[in-house]
Amino acid sequence: MRAKYVLSEVALGLWRNVTMTIAMIITMAVSLALLGASLLMYLLVQDMREAFYADVEVTIFLADDITDAQRQALGEQLASDPLVADATYESRADAYERFREQFADAPELVEATRPDALPESYRVQLEDPEQFEQILNRYADVEGVDEIVDQRNVLSRLFGILGAIQNLALVIAIVQGIAALMLVVNTIQIAAYSKRREVAIMKLVGASNWFVQAPFVLEAVFAGVLGAIVAYGTLILGKIFLVDGALEPLFLAGVLTPLSWGRIHLMLPVLAGIAAFVSAVTGWLTLRFYIKV
Amino acid sequence: MIRLDNVTKTYPKATRPSLDSVSVEIEKGEFVFFIGPSGAGKSTIIKLLLREEAPTKGHVYVNGRDVGALRSWRIPHFRRSIGCVFQDFRLLPNRTAAENVAFALEVIGKPQSVIRRVVPEVLELVGLGGKEHRYPNELSGGEQQRVAIARAFVNRPLVLLADEPTGNLDPDTSIEIMRLLDRINRTGTTVVMVTHDSNIVNQMRRRVIEIDQGRVVRDQPRGVYG
Repeated sequence: MRAKYVLSEVALGLWRNVTMTIAMIITMAVSLALLGASLLMYLLVQDMREAFYADVEVTIFLADDITDAQRQALGEQLASDPLVADATYESRADAYERFREQFADAPELVEATRPDALPESYRVQLEDPEQFEQILNRYADVEGVDEIVDQRNVLSRLFGILGAIQNLALVIAIVQGIAALMLVVNTIQIAAYSKRREVAIMKLVGASNWFVQAPFVLEAVFAGVLGAIVAYGTLILGKIFLVDGALEPLFLAGVLTPLSWGRIHLMLPVLAGIAAFVSAVTGWLTLRFYIKV
Repeated sequence: MIRLDNVTKTYPKATRPSLDSVSVEIEKGEFVFFIGPSGAGKSTIIKLLLREEAPTKGHVYVNGRDVGALRSWRIPHFRRSIGCVFQDFRLLPNRTAAENVAFALEVIGKPQSVIRRVVPEVLELVGLGGKEHRYPNELSGGEQQRVAIARAFVNRPLVLLADEPTGNLDPDTSIEIMRLLDRINRTGTTVVMVTHDSNIVNQMRRRVIEIDQGRVVRDQPRGVYG
């Protein structure tokens, strides 16, 4: 009986103020979708760090005019260097083969590249990837060395871009979230005002505080959860049209680690939980401080 | 039953206290009028007894409990032992007489079976038999106040507080309402009534406590308005 009463009050409250309810749900949805996107991006960057840093290597590109003796001397020096875990020689032919594999999806690019355009190199695994500086100092001036590249630099630039996008999404999510919460506050004030007679009588006859507050708080929670469901739908569309659509080449090329459906589905309970909790707290505080229910 | 012990109540920003060291004791089953000019502090007493306000100084005891010291989450339960009616009835306009009474029971979690049984009983008791399904705007002022009394009494409270219950009613209707309150008092319920109505006080000849400028200036058994 009491549950039925509370639920019918919630439905009535949301319906009575339906434009505000819709505005509340939309702003919540936008905020939560961006929050979800930001979380997914965070997870993506974590994954990429793990996947790439594990076999990150330093590449020592060799000069075009390197002599066999210089190449051999460099190979021996690397093999006996305590900083180096492993060093493998990659010829021009090997490099081209790898390039063709990596860009199998972009045949025009492969067509346009001559097999001898790619330099030969030593691919060096360090004992400790942090010691790149020492390697650089030691080998930069060795005869026959053209350039030394730490893949971590390339990666960290990519991570920087992803991180910036993630932060931007997070900032917009927070701003939208604040707007959504203001709408929650407003909706609850209106709801409480339109039911002030009932509330006064409930307090007079001794209805417990939770019973007086529950319909209002649940109204906010309901809107929050609905917003989370809409946000989840938005993320699904994002997965279909962005991740599996426009951005697909980046994922296939291995630049970005794949984004599984499991991750997307995980966002539903996460976002719903966050939305429900934040709305409930906001609703409850509104009742306490603005209305003294 | 009810005891005010050196109670002072000063509202924020007020220049003088609404109640100034008031001490009053009311026995179980008594019928007490609080009288006095507007702003004397009568309504503050009702607010203190309902624990809508806490005393600034002193103690208010109702049913042996120090009301001012109640934790906020215990207040709802405390109020279930008190019935209250007001000058403006405070009925829900979109509910019938029976629904108004039932509402008070529903929101404190009484089961439907109990509600279906006691609501007609109490409406019969206050003289509204046959009018259960009328809406407040279809009832006269006196009848609306009867609904309010039914709602206040349906839980069989130990104390019934009435804040100018006849303030909006004509003299004849007022007397009927007083008869009803008298009958409720005879069931053992303590009745505390705040009023301006000298006729009623003079006719009832019950205990009269007069308040002026926040102080008790008269306390007479079987008193008159004066």
